[in-house]
Amino acid sequence: MIGDITASSPASIPAYAVEGHGLVKTFGSFRAVDGIDIAVPAGAIYGVLGPNGAGKTTLLRTLLGIIDPDEGHRTLLGEDQPLRMAAQVGYLPEERGLYPSMKAFEAIAFMGALRGLPLKIGRERAKAMLDRHGMGASIEKPIRQLSKGMAQTVQLFGTIVHEPRLIVLDEPFSGLDAINQEKLEALIREQARNGVTILFSTHVIAHAERLCERIAIVAGGRIRFEGTPGDARDRLRSQVRLRTRASDGTWRRALPADTMAEEGTWHFALPDEGIEPLLRALIDGQAGIESLSIERPGLHDAFVAIAGEAAARQMGEDRQEEQP
Amino acid sequence: MMQLWRAAYVIARRDFTAVVLSRTFILFLLGPLLPILIGFAFGGLGDKISSTDLRPIVGVAMSAADSAALQRSHDRLAERMGDQTLPRLRIVPATPAPRIQLARPDSEVVAILSGSLARPVLTGKVEDLDKLQGDISLLSTAALAERTLTFVTVDRQEVTTSLGAQAQARLLIGRVAQVVMFFLTILLAGMILSNLVEEKTNKIIEILAAAVPIDAIFLGKLMAMLAMSFVGIAFWGGTAFAIFLALHGGGGPLPAPAVGWPLFLLLAVLYFAMAYTLLGSLFLGIGAQAATVREVQTLNMPITMAQMLIFFFASYAVDHMGSPAEVAACIFPFSSPFAMIARAAQDGAVWPHLVALIWQAAFVALIIRVGVLLFRRHVMQSGGRWWKRLFRPATG
Repeated sequence: MIGDITASSPASIPAYAVEGHGLVKTFGSFRAVDGIDIAVPAGAIYGVLGPNGAGKTTLLRTLLGIIDPDEGHRTLLGEDQPLRMAAQVGYLPEERGLYPSMKAFEAIAFMGALRGLPLKIGRERAKAMLDRHGMGASIEKPIRQLSKGMAQTVQLFGTIVHEPRLIVLDEPFSGLDAINQEKLEALIREQARNGVTILFSTHVIAHAERLCERIAIVAGGRIRFEGTPGDARDRLRSQVRLRTRASDGTWRRALPADTMAEEGTWHFALPDEGIEPLLRALIDGQAGIESLSIERPGLHDAFVAIAGEAAARQMGEDRQEEQP
Repeated sequence: MMQLWRAAYVIARRDFTAVVLSRTFILFLLGPLLPILIGFAFGGLGDKISSTDLRPIVGVAMSAADSAALQRSHDRLAERMGDQTLPRLRIVPATPAPRIQLARPDSEVVAILSGSLARPVLTGKVEDLDKLQGDISLLSTAALAERTLTFVTVDRQEVTTSLGAQAQARLLIGRVAQVVMFFLTILLAGMILSNLVEEKTNKIIEILAAAVPIDAIFLGKLMAMLAMSFVGIAFWGGTAFAIFLALHGGGGPLPAPAVGWPLFLLLAVLYFAMAYTLLGSLFLGIGAQAATVREVQTLNMPITMAQMLIFFFASYAVDHMGSPAEVAACIFPFSSPFAMIARAAQDGAVWPHLVALIWQAAFVALIIRVGVLLFRRHVMQSGGRWWKRLFRPATG
């Protein structure tokens, strides 16, 4: 009746640390995950981007086995029953949770113990981690006496104390100040250097842009894009920003049809034939070029294009809500 | 399976230390001793009350000779019947009439005996006359036959065993064991109702559910609360035993239950554990569905009532050993531990206890599994038709 959970051998390393095929998860009539296929290469830093309500958390929870999909199947480190791999996975949920009366180092050790790490080792590692992170004075303090940021750090250490092969972080930067965000980015990079696969969700594109080798852009429960951030950016043409002294002339016929004007500045996508024919027309037509720049689109622009204007607007609102 | 138990142990250890090392646990331990102390206080008061002579006083308004003969017969009968069985006698004046004497505010007698020993007249209220008439008749008869009345001697034949007395004692042991088990269960198992609320309100459940099967969470919580209960029972039991020894200095030998004291005590522990985990797993399953502490509190009343019903069912069965009702109480999982401990007191067969324990343990597992699946379905919003997963391994 109550069955077995057995950790698999760490020796077998699949090509993909996480895989999901045709995943569907509905809550009532709402399809939170709507037929998602995802494959996270082992050792990669992989970002799941999307606004709140896009289905990121449900996707991660489904992949981790916290909830079961209605359709489709998933594997975690090659195992189709995710809890079998619990000892090799670390998970930081979006909604942080710790026992308020537990001491900081005990909380970390407890989270490790849940995933099979002996308590004695967990306690030693926890103290060392806290000490290294400048929280030595808080080792014996109960969680309720820690600041929110410190408690989040404790939870993060609890996520990695058992040295997992896969770390899944749901909105890890949420609620952290700039300094701690920087520290977390460094920690993610350090873990990745050690061969650990990192899968994290975020609605702050800058983090994904800085960290991720691959990303999936999720909106409306579906993956709208999957690839490298470069691939995402390459989906958009570079943008030209031109400022001229003259406001009109024959040169204007050379501007692309979708050019937008804004206080003497012209914005348009780089034409397929390149910038040279346009430059020639501007010079010949005496447009009086004051400035001209060609900007490669950022991930944010790619996101806007891929996930849609509405999703981007939603993300902007989310970010504003988060900023103190 | 080892991994499941290991995970359950990690959770149990956390819960156990969190509770036992908290300051409130001292209150928890001392709480049940308060009624005992109050009981002692009121017990002392009760002793004082019971030592006060509450026998009715009958006034004797007879001639001096009759009054003296009546008093002598009272003393002789009291020697054999006990001091408390007969009404007290007090000489009162012959005048005024008994009716008038009884109407006086300072009258201390409930009735007045007048006339002669051969034709006594008892004056008093109807209900007092009804109570006293027989005693006065006996006293008067004995006084009249004072010279010729001799008491016959009863020869004594002593035995060490009386099956009737033994059966009575065993019935009493069964009843006491049931009551003690029931109160401990109702006192302790109710706490499990709110056991998952902390995890849900603090969002810890997400971390637990991602790391271990929910079965392990439920099992761990039950183990922790059971261990905490044993700490409490050891403390209360030890205290009660110490008080018993202090008051009675060991006393005489207690009558033995049918299976003998060592096995009976072992079975009592096991059946308490089963009763606790049966109700506890049910409470945990129900409490886990509740979103807030208020919901849990609302659930408390109907659950307590259900517990009372189960107890009444089991206690009815004690008096009807071997009846269909008793067999049903032994089979019905929630009443089974209570019915079986009463059976252990009255019936020496051991094998039914092994069967009952296995049966009860199977139900604990079943209830936990159903609770887990309902929890996954309704709280974690995961999984489809829960009954299809009832017997699948708990691997998430």
